[in-house]
Amino acid sequence: MRLRRLKAIAVKEILQVWRDPRSLMIALLMPFTQMFLLGYGVTLDLKHIPVCTFDREASQNSQALLKHFEASSYFAITRNVQTYPALVDAIDRADCKIAIVIPPDFSERLNDTGSSTVQAILDATDDNTANIALGYALAVVSGYSADVALDALNRQGTQFQQIQPMTVQSRVWFNEDLESRNFIIPGVVAVIMALIGAQLTSLTISREWERGTMELLISTPVKPSEVMLGKLAPYLVLGWIDAAFCLIIAAFWFGVPFRGTVFTLFVTTTLFLIVVLGIGYLLSVLIRSQIGASQIALLLTMLPTTLLSGYVFPIDQMPKVIQDITYLVYSRYYVTIIKAIFLKGADLPALAMPILFLLIYATAVMVLAARAFRKNLD
Amino acid sequence: MTDPGRPIEARNEDQVIADDLVKRFGKFVAVDHVSFRIASGEIMGFLGPNGAGKSTIIRILCGLLGASGGRAIVAGIDVSKDPEGVRQRIGYMSQKFSLYRDLTVEENLRFFGGIYSVPRAELAERMRFAIDMAGLAGREGALVATLAGGWQQRLALGCAVLHRPPILFLDEPTSGVEPASRRRFWDLIHSLASDGVTVLVSTHYMDEAEYCHRVALINHGRLIATGSPAKLKQTAIGGELLLVECDGLGATLAALQDAPDVQDCSVFGNALHILVGNAEKSLSELPDFLSAKGLRPRRMARIAPSLEDVFVQLIAADVAGRRAVA
Repeated sequence: MRLRRLKAIAVKEILQVWRDPRSLMIALLMPFTQMFLLGYGVTLDLKHIPVCTFDREASQNSQALLKHFEASSYFAITRNVQTYPALVDAIDRADCKIAIVIPPDFSERLNDTGSSTVQAILDATDDNTANIALGYALAVVSGYSADVALDALNRQGTQFQQIQPMTVQSRVWFNEDLESRNFIIPGVVAVIMALIGAQLTSLTISREWERGTMELLISTPVKPSEVMLGKLAPYLVLGWIDAAFCLIIAAFWFGVPFRGTVFTLFVTTTLFLIVVLGIGYLLSVLIRSQIGASQIALLLTMLPTTLLSGYVFPIDQMPKVIQDITYLVYSRYYVTIIKAIFLKGADLPALAMPILFLLIYATAVMVLAARAFRKNLD
Repeated sequence: MTDPGRPIEARNEDQVIADDLVKRFGKFVAVDHVSFRIASGEIMGFLGPNGAGKSTIIRILCGLLGASGGRAIVAGIDVSKDPEGVRQRIGYMSQKFSLYRDLTVEENLRFFGGIYSVPRAELAERMRFAIDMAGLAGREGALVATLAGGWQQRLALGCAVLHRPPILFLDEPTSGVEPASRRRFWDLIHSLASDGVTVLVSTHYMDEAEYCHRVALINHGRLIATGSPAKLKQTAIGGELLLVECDGLGATLAALQDAPDVQDCSVFGNALHILVGNAEKSLSELPDFLSAKGLRPRRMARIAPSLEDVFVQLIAADVAGRRAVA
């Protein structure tokens, strides 16, 4: 390998990227837009779930219960209806996710038997939201229920002290506020790097074939490894810039706590960039058209990275077979790494396993790409 | 070897040897047992129609295509055994323009200077040489895409000779270039050859073949004749050539095809060229033969064959020969 030739390729590539607005746009604008789109778009926190109420009793008790719903930040009462058809209509129109119906004998039964029921009707087209909404509703109702019980006992004259034999004193680590954003945003960075990285390099060899410059290039003494490294080097720099954009947005705009060191982040991000750029390059070598290579790169990175990297959907909740498949998804290692660096402040030794996997991936991709580049037209 | 970029000293040695080269693409035989040699400092022209296999032979010699059979030896190196060794010693211009259009003149030269590892001390002088040769002084900063065809091709030649290769492979370097620029391009090739560079150049312009020291006629992947233009014109045609100027070309052509002693007859512009065994004899006999059929040519004369005559003749003979075999 000669540094002189490697440098000639790298300089040429920089000039070409610089003069090709399309590449530059992909490289510099996409991380910004995607970071904001995905950063704001993907959140698992449910707040202000729209509620429809149907108070068939309209008593002090029923209103007190509904006050509890109003006071909860998890719910927002959007409609108060007076008939069942109006309630059905509200759910059909998606004005609410959950409807709370208070029966006409709510207070009566409470006074007579000491217990009463309310009805919750859920729009379960999105079962996840419905489940969470039901959970919150149960919590609100049982909170009110405890108040009523305490009140009743007090009125009977017993100076009642709440008895709770055992409680869990929980302390949440790493993401103290249980903000799903803190958990998702670092993963979003990984997804964006995976997408853009492969896109950048997927054009680089196919462009030479399409423009006819490859025939001359392979008639020279240049070596496949020199072409590969010379072409990857400028994109690594672009990748660093993109990663810096994304990480700065994550930490300063979205306020994700950053507890690791920049050094750890730099080392692991570089390793990940080498993998994704290498994969784009490999595709570019194998598929000699720009459109084809970039489409395949998108397909190969988009689905596995979004679905199987664990950035939103936890890997340990997937079926066993799918879990095994995720070992092939290189993004999962970086998702693990970057979350650990951001939230736990992990250092290199703590990340040895995912780093090792990424190293194996990087080596395999480089070797394959260098071999796949053939200096002939056969 | 201290500097592989320098021309090789021994001038009399054959720089390019093709020995029974065969190239098949599936069932199609693109190169059919082709053998030739090119001496140091010689300009060898490949002449033939599109698709005859000229580019394929050149690509085999550059190591871009593997031969299905036979041997290619370039600068004394077996191409299949050490393609990289060959690549350092050749300059190549592909049929399709293949410099970087989105780079400037100077950036392209600097790129190839780096790729061929032209010594840094020499690079400025070599780039100057290439720019002057291409007539691009003052346009060093122009994007290649903005240059006219002739300039682009001369720049491509400049890039190909930047590392002083002893051998040049030029695949239709003048296609799409206006005549004045073509002429200038050939002057460049001659000046390189006089410096000892061996040149293999393909073309489908007949007139350009006259600029070559030696011409190889190629058709359907086969080498049908080689020799200097003068020698080909004298001997390869296998007869003597008559020019017939007449009205009603079609009728005369049809009549002459059945005439005694006429081996071949073809249209050249607004006249006919006919190949006969003996010019004197035919000149005295043919007017009577034609007038018997009511045809009166305006003029008949013996002419020296052009390369185009030779080419048409040899290809016709080649086609006839192949039919006979089949």
